[in-house]
Order: sequence, then structure tokens, then C-alpha cells
Amino acid sequence: MYETNYHRASSVEDAVRLKSSAEEGKYLAGGMTLIATMKQRLAAPGDLVDIRHIAGLKFISVTGRSVRIGAATTHYDVASSPELKAICPAICDLAHHIGDPHVRHMGTIGGSVANNDPAADYPAALLALDAVIVTNQREIGAADFFTGLFETALEEGEMIVAIAFEAPERAAYAKFRNPASRYAMTGVFVARRDSGDVRVAVTGAGADGVFRHAGMEAALAQNWSPDALSGATTDPADLLSDLHASSEYRAQLVKVMAKRAVAAA
Amino acid sequence: MGVEGIGASVARKEDKRFLTGKGRYTDDMSVPGMKYAFFVRSPHAHARIKSIDLSAASDMPGVIGILEGKQLQADAIGNIICGWMIHSKDGSPMKMGAWRPLAHETVRYVGDAVAIVVADSLGEARDAAEAVVVDYEVLPAVTEALQALEAGQPQLHPEAPNNLIFDWQIGDGAATDKAIGEAAHVTEITLRNNRLAPNPMEPRATLGIYDSAEDHYTCYTTSQNPHVARLVMSAFYNVAPENKLRVIAPDVGGGFGSKIYIYPEEIVCLWASKKTGVPVKWTCDRTEAFLTDAHGRDHVSTVKMAFDRDHRIIGLKVDTIANLGAYMSLFSSAVPTYLYATLLSGQYAIPAIHANVRTVYTNTVPVDAYRGAGRPEATYLLERTMETAARELGVSPAELRRKNFVRTFPYQTPVIMNYDAGDYEASLEAAMASADWNGFAARKAEAAGRGMKRGIGMSCYIEACGIAPSAAVGSLGAGVGLWESAEVRVNAVGTIEVMTGSHSHGQGHETTFAQLIADRFGIPIDNVNIVHGDTDKVQMGMGTYGSRSGAVGMSAVVKALDKVEAKAKKIAAHLMEADESDIVIENGELKVAGTDKTLPWFQVALAAYTAHNLPPGMEPGLKEGAFYDPSNFTFPAGCYICEVEVDPETGKTEIVQFVAADDFGNIINPMIVEGQVHGGIAQGVGQALLENVHYDPQNGQLITASYMDYAMPRADDLPSFKLSHQNTPCPSNPLGIKGCGEAGAIGSPPALMNAITDAIGNNDLTMPATPQKVWSALNAAN
Ligand SMILES: Cc1cc2nc3c(=O)[nH]c(=O)nc-3n(C[C@H](O)[C@H](O)[C@H](O)COP(=O)(O)OP(=O)(O)OC[C@H]3O[C@@H](n4cnc5c(N)ncnc54)[C@H](O)[C@@H]3O)c2cc1C
Repeated sequence: MYETNYHRASSVEDAVRLKSSAEEGKYLAGGMTLIATMKQRLAAPGDLVDIRHIAGLKFISVTGRSVRIGAATTHYDVASSPELKAICPAICDLAHHIGDPHVRHMGTIGGSVANNDPAADYPAALLALDAVIVTNQREIGAADFFTGLFETALEEGEMIVAIAFEAPERAAYAKFRNPASRYAMTGVFVARRDSGDVRVAVTGAGADGVFRHAGMEAALAQNWSPDALSGATTDPADLLSDLHASSEYRAQLVKVMAKRAVAAA
Repeated sequence: MGVEGIGASVARKEDKRFLTGKGRYTDDMSVPGMKYAFFVRSPHAHARIKSIDLSAASDMPGVIGILEGKQLQADAIGNIICGWMIHSKDGSPMKMGAWRPLAHETVRYVGDAVAIVVADSLGEARDAAEAVVVDYEVLPAVTEALQALEAGQPQLHPEAPNNLIFDWQIGDGAATDKAIGEAAHVTEITLRNNRLAPNPMEPRATLGIYDSAEDHYTCYTTSQNPHVARLVMSAFYNVAPENKLRVIAPDVGGGFGSKIYIYPEEIVCLWASKKTGVPVKWTCDRTEAFLTDAHGRDHVSTVKMAFDRDHRIIGLKVDTIANLGAYMSLFSSAVPTYLYATLLSGQYAIPAIHANVRTVYTNTVPVDAYRGAGRPEATYLLERTMETAARELGVSPAELRRKNFVRTFPYQTPVIMNYDAGDYEASLEAAMASADWNGFAARKAEAAGRGMKRGIGMSCYIEACGIAPSAAVGSLGAGVGLWESAEVRVNAVGTIEVMTGSHSHGQGHETTFAQLIADRFGIPIDNVNIVHGDTDKVQMGMGTYGSRSGAVGMSAVVKALDKVEAKAKKIAAHLMEADESDIVIENGELKVAGTDKTLPWFQVALAAYTAHNLPPGMEPGLKEGAFYDPSNFTFPAGCYICEVEVDPETGKTEIVQFVAADDFGNIINPMIVEGQVHGGIAQGVGQALLENVHYDPQNGQLITASYMDYAMPRADDLPSFKLSHQNTPCPSNPLGIKGCGEAGAIGSPPALMNAITDAIGNNDLTMPATPQKVWSALNAAN
């Protein structure tokens, strides 16, 4: 790791100010991604602004079906929240399957979303839940937020403060883990609202990162059942191919995971 | 046996310090004035070094010194060598290319060391290393052994045309060909034994300390055999004469073979300590470990197994190509030859065997012994072939094996080994009963109802441990003898120190070796200290690998104990005015049999040291040493059965049952043996399901250089194991021990692969059987 200056922010305003006054500053949340990257010397921020201790960023609030999760809320807190479990168990289940206990106690939803790793779990949930990413400046719909591999709509200095969504009536996440990293080699989040709106979001597989699967959404809108997906296809050309899984194999996993998610929802 | 004697599951003495974070590893060592090293390494798999510019780096903050290979050569530090001579079948010696501890002409794998930076802090050393400018002329690279042998491929060493190190054979080729020609059935298969990274929990580290006042060096290092390290560094690398070099291997966190060898870093840090005038510490990080620790396996073999009409094996022909990486590591030549092809008879009576082995240079890190070393490769080859043959012949795999088992001992195989004792049928029966083999069809049907494909597979392994009779290995090319030493030092108050040449890096010697003493003298193991890992404290010894510490290391202790016991009895007889032959030792007392005369152990020890009243002519003191040279290898064997369920939609394999039935000979501590089997199976499952080293074939970059891409087995990849023992004592050593350290890793991969291929109905599957590969194989079968 290169030398860096550590700052602990006391509020969102404090954090934004500290970061803007640093030359090459970075927000530090759980550090589960950022610190590891710094240790490998692949990132070298001159200043780290730690936002994990800002009290106002750690909360889960549920009002009716409206959910708001503070950006610095850990995966563990999401996984184990009784309020969330009561109306959207799918997101608790997703958080419970991120990494290992150490990672879940340190890593945060804001960090995961800001990082937008193409194999991360939360982006699938946010896209399928039609969530809003609340920043210190504005509100960004998930569809506009995730713009590519490790790319988001966040502007320089912009900070995520919360994630907000309306809990759907049915939802589930099915993840096929990469045998080595245990990130999603393919993960599918499905959500269905009583209005009939169906969303299918796929992570870990897309060549451009998380994506919605229009074909599957249409099929499920007609007939909400795993069998409805039997004819669904995913073009391997749009999918990632790597040491662990070819795009053809990923196309198969997309289908199988989608079916399993629907069955579980 | 007593509560702490032989056969008792005594809790490990050493675990208190390990579990409370009080272990003392090389990286925990700190001496005044100590500085930190970082190595400049090649980012290319193959390149010529045009120039090295240290000027910018030398001016960086905290830098004490930067040293390169030219200086090392000027100081006459030797090249790294392979210590086992193999001759090709044409009689020519193996072609050993120069491995310079710091390359200054050519780099041959990603990670090859080029320079060492010593600085006040590790961060500063690393910063300066980044400022070292090496001008490389990048050369084409080759990473696959098969390809490296082809014409027109990049050439690694001028000494080895076509990258061929040796072309060796064993057995009777003509007889084997004849058997194949006359066979009723020949099973043919090509098998690949995947390349593995060893991944001990503790990465390699070293601390080199030069004392200019004494012109003396101390080397702390993560070694499985500190005396061998000292010998090699003195005799071959010219670091310092043995009396000027102390090597200490303190607590070592796992080795699996990878810490047998002497690597560039130990040599360079010692030399750098003298050059810079400061003690120099280096600790490798995980990616560096993936890049530079010697890897294991990496064989491609074609097999022909010939059967007569009665399904008896009449011949076995094997052709193997082994990738040894960019340089020949210390025992690399022995692994695919005498540790591999000599086990190709397996548990079977095969009248004719012939194996041809070619070893090859490639632009990858050197390959050497890794848990099992050659024996897993032999077992995988034989047991997948046996299973394939059973399927082709339409007979049960158990029947085919039964029909061919060796049943009378000693049994001389056509490939050197002489099996001394065993009962292969007993392990097969026990494993099948434990696995409820006969109930499998019902379980398969039940699984099919859930949409799952269930399969079962077995493997009957044999290995050669207790390495090794010195004269025998000497005649086969070994540069060292493979005996072991011990010294038993009874203190004046009766407590005991045992100096052993074995080295514990996770095996639990501090407990098991102490159990021998508790068993013999009836004193608590708390009163016994096992001392190992320091060339200043312990007499010359050969270290720990090849499951040799029980069979060879403990045998040396037994020999020393015999001498101590004999002297103690003489003293006791003298003090109690009895005949020496009437003295017995029980529960910490020496007694005159048939009387109530006794002397506590400590009083006899005290008498030996006060020397006030010893038998006439007896020397004072109670301390004896012994060297033990085994007369044969030992032959652990067993039967493993694995049952799996494959999810046909994803190709994911779940191990639903794993049975291990082993013959380890006599057992000192059943709990520790069980732990060894658990760990071994986990490693075998890792090889078969998860682990694989992958180099980019285009440019030789290591793709699996972190746990993001290299899949290690985790607890939830494994079922609970069902273990049992069918022990036949080993006749060749005093304790009847065979060894248990490698069996799990040897027996398990073929059992697992046989189960998966049974489940999916396609035998065309390579390790690791990843979900993607299994899914593809399943589709290909349908
Ligand atoms: C061993 C291991 C296993 C893992 N497994 C999984 C897995 O299975 N699935 C999965 O999804 N993830 C996994 N992760 C990643 C984990 O979820 C991380 O916690 C997450 O990606 C980053 O969150 P963090 O809070 O640690 O962020 P940090 O590492 O602190 O930051 C990551 C990036 O986000 C930026 N950032 C952080 N917070 C904010 C904010 N509020 N506003 C704007 N920018 C911000 C930082 O500047 C940085 O660029 C794993 C990580 C590890 C180490």
C-alpha cells in the first residue's frame, strides 16, 4: 500500500468537504474492496475519507412497504433485519450470501453499489426492485445508475447516502457462486408486484454488467412460473466469458437461476 | 498404552500456542537493526535482460542497498541445483539448466527474481523496487509441456534441446508390449493430472543475519528440513561453511512439500545481510506465493492396461510427460520417476509394467513434490484406468480389483518396490460396508426422483512412505541419505528433551514424539520436550516429508530410547542390588520384578548425574543418540469410496458421502491420524473439484494468482468423512508404523472422479471437475 492520509468524517457534509479538499481522495466505507485494491497497489488515493462512522448513514427504516437503507449499513445488518425480513426477505437472503462473515460485518451496501463490480449481488437487487440511489446531491434510478463494468452515474465527489425502494409482493434471488471467489458467477433477482409488473435482473453474467432480461420479464408477466422460462434464451454474445465460465454456460445459468428464483419467490 | 502412551488420542500440546496466537513463525522473528527486503521480479514469462538501472531506485527514501545477480555471481554464490540425478534411457545425464538465485541474463517465468531491495521499511523497499528499471527483450513463452516438446517452440535452456530434461524408462518394455499384443482386452485412456499451487497457510519467509564479528550467518526460514537447507547452502551455494551457518526453522505453518526446497530468497537474504551490514527479512505475500512457491503435479499420461480372458491384468504401459517448469527444483527429477513410476503396480499383481517418462522445461514456476509427490499421480492414473476397465468389461469395479489384488507378502513388483505387508481386501470390504455399497442403486433412484444424478466411485491406493533406505535411494540417484536421527537427553531430575531431525510444520510431533517417551518410561508428556528445527540445537537430520517422521524419525527415537533404557536399567539394578534383567519400568518407576523394590524414574536420572554410585566403569550422564536408516519403504494402503450428486442443470457436484478405509500400520495418536486423513482428503477434493493453476498459454502470465481465481476447498465443500482402519503392522520398523500424512490426498481424487463420471455417464472428464466442465460433459453424453 502506498502512503495515504486517513480522515474520519463525522457527517455527510464533513465527508464531502474532506473529500473535496483532498487532491486524490476516496470515500472509504467497509474497505473490503478498496483496502484490498490499495494493498495490491492498484489504487493509490492520497486521502481516505472514512464514512463508516457517520451515525446518520447506518439505518434501516421500513414504513409500510417503503424501505430506506443507509449507505453505511453492513451486509450483516441487512441480512439480519427483522423489519426487512417481514416485507422483503429476498434482500436479506442476498445480503446473507455475500462473501463470508468478516466481509458481511464490514462491507456496506453503499460501497457495494458504488463499486458496481459486475459480479456483485446488490446491483441485481436494486435493478429488479426499481430502487432509487439517494446521493448527497440527487436521487438516481437504478436503471440509470449502473452504467457499465465498475461504472456508475456518480459524479466526482458525489456520495451515496441511502438506497430506497418499495418492497414488491414477491421477490427472490438465486445465486450461482464462482467456486473460487464466491461472488456471483451468475445471480438472478426476480420481483413481481401486484400491479403485474415483473422485473428480472441478472448479475455476474453480463458483458456490460448488471442487466434486465426483457425476454424473461415478458414471459413471466404472462405466466409467473418457472415453466414460463423454459423457452427463454439469452444470447451468449452479450455475456462474460472467463476462466470459470464460458458465455454459453453462463446463458444456461441465467435460465436455471431465474427459474429457481421464481420458484423461491 | 496408558493415557498418554502409544495409541492414545492425546490432545496436541502445541495447539495452545497456535490457537492463542502465540506461535513463533519466521515473520515473528525480529532482531535489532533488522531491515526489510522486497524482490524485483520478472513481469515476463521469458525475456532477455538487456540492462538493469538501479540509479533512481537507489536514491529513494529508506533504501539501504539494492543488489543484483551480477554481484551475486561475482561473490561466487552458486546456482540452485536439483539433488537427484536421473539418467535418460540412452545413458545421458539429465539436462540441468542454470538457475541463478538472481537472474541477470535471462528470466524464464513470471516471478523470476532479478534484484533485491533492502530498505528501512517494507513499504520503502517496495517503492524502490518499482523504481528499478529493467530493460527486457521479451521472448516467446511456452507453458504446456506437450507443446514445449514440439519443434519450433521457445527454447528455455541451451543445455536442453527441445526443452527435454530427460527421457527415462522403468520396467520391461518388450514383455509389456507382448502382454498387450496377447490381451483379450486393452483399456486405453489419456489422463491429465492438473497443476496445483501448494498454499500453506503461512507464506514463505526468511530472515538472514550476518554477524561480521564472528563471520557467521543465521538463517531463519520456513523450512521442512533445516539441516538439508544448511547442507545445500554450504556445499552447493557457497553461502558459508556449515559451522558458520545456523539454520532455524521455528514454527512453520504448513508446507505440503513446498518448504522442502531451498529457494533463491534464503540464499539472497543471507548474502544481502553481509553486503548491506544489516539483518534482512523477507516475507512473501499471497500472490508472490502463487508465483514462486514450487507447484505440484502437472502430468499428461497415456495408459494401456491389458487384461486376459479372466480379467486379470497382464500388462501396463504408461507414457508420461511431466512439466518441471522453468528450472529443476531440489527433488523435481525424483517426483515423476522414482516416487511415481515405482508405484504403478498399485495394489495389483501385474506381471509386466513399462513406463516412459519425459520431463520438460516450460516458462512456469518450477514443479516439485507436493503432498503425495508422484504417488497421487500414479494412483490417479491406475484407479481411473481400473474404473474405466471395469465399465468396459461390464464387471463391478470391486470385483475387478479383488481379482487382481496382491495377496501374498512380501511381493516384488516389476517396478522396484517390494511390498512388505497389507490386506487390501480388508480395506475394500470395510469401505464398501461403511458406504453401504449395496444400497447405492436405491439411493440413485431416489436422487433421480429429485432430478439429481447420483454416482459412486472407488479407489484402492498404495503409496510408499518411510522415505527411505539410504543405499537404495543413493543407487537411484539421490544426492543425500534418507535416514533420520534422534538424541534423547534425560535431565538430572528426570525430565526429558528429545532432539529430532524431523521437523513439525503442523503434524503434531511435539505430542506424538512425546507419547513414545510417556509410553516407554511412564512419565507425563508434559515432562518431555521435543526439540527440532535448529541446526545449532539438533544433530544432523533429514527433515519431514514423504510421511517419514513416524516411520523413520520415530524409529530413530526408539533406537535412542533403547539405549537410554538399557543404561537406566543398569543403574537401577546397581542401586537396588538386583540383576539387570529383572528390572522393569512401569508407571514412572524402575522395579525389581517380583519384589517390592522400586526406584522412581527421576532418582535413577539423578543418580546418573550425581555419579556418586554408578556401576564400575560407567560414564556419568543419561543421554543417548541414534541414527536410523530404514531397510525398506513402508506401504500404507486403503480403499476410498466417494458418492456424489450432480445437478444436471448447473453441473455442480455435491459430495454426499466419503469413506476412507486405511491401513497405516500401528498408530501412535488416532486423533492426529484422523486429522491428517481429513486434511489429505480436503486437499484431494480440492484437486479433483476446485484447484487448478492456469497460465495464459499465449504470454505465460499466471491467471490464477489469487483466491479470486484459484479455488481452495472450504469446509462447506466437504461432507463429514467416515474413517476406519484395517491396520497390518509394518514389519520393517520397530513401531510397525507405515505413515499417514499423504494418503488422503493420494486416494481421494480418483474416487471422486470415478463417482462423477459414473453419475454423468461420461468418462471424458479432467480435474478439476468444475461445474462448467461437468455440465459440458453431461451434455456431450446426452
Ligand atoms: C472475501 C470477499 C468476498 C466478497 N464476496 C462478495 C460477494 O459474494 N458478493 C458481493 O456482492 N460482494 C462481495 N464482496 C465485496 C463486498 O461486498 C464489499 O463490501 C463491497 O463490494 C464494497 O463495500 P465496502 O463497504 O467494503 O466499500 P469500500 O471497499 O470501502 O469502497 C468501495 C468503493 O466504493 C466507494 N464508496 C464506498 N462507499 C461509498 C458511498 N457511500 N458513496 C460513494 N462511494 C462510496 C469507495 O470510494 C470505493 O471506491 C466480497 C469482498 C471480499 C473481500
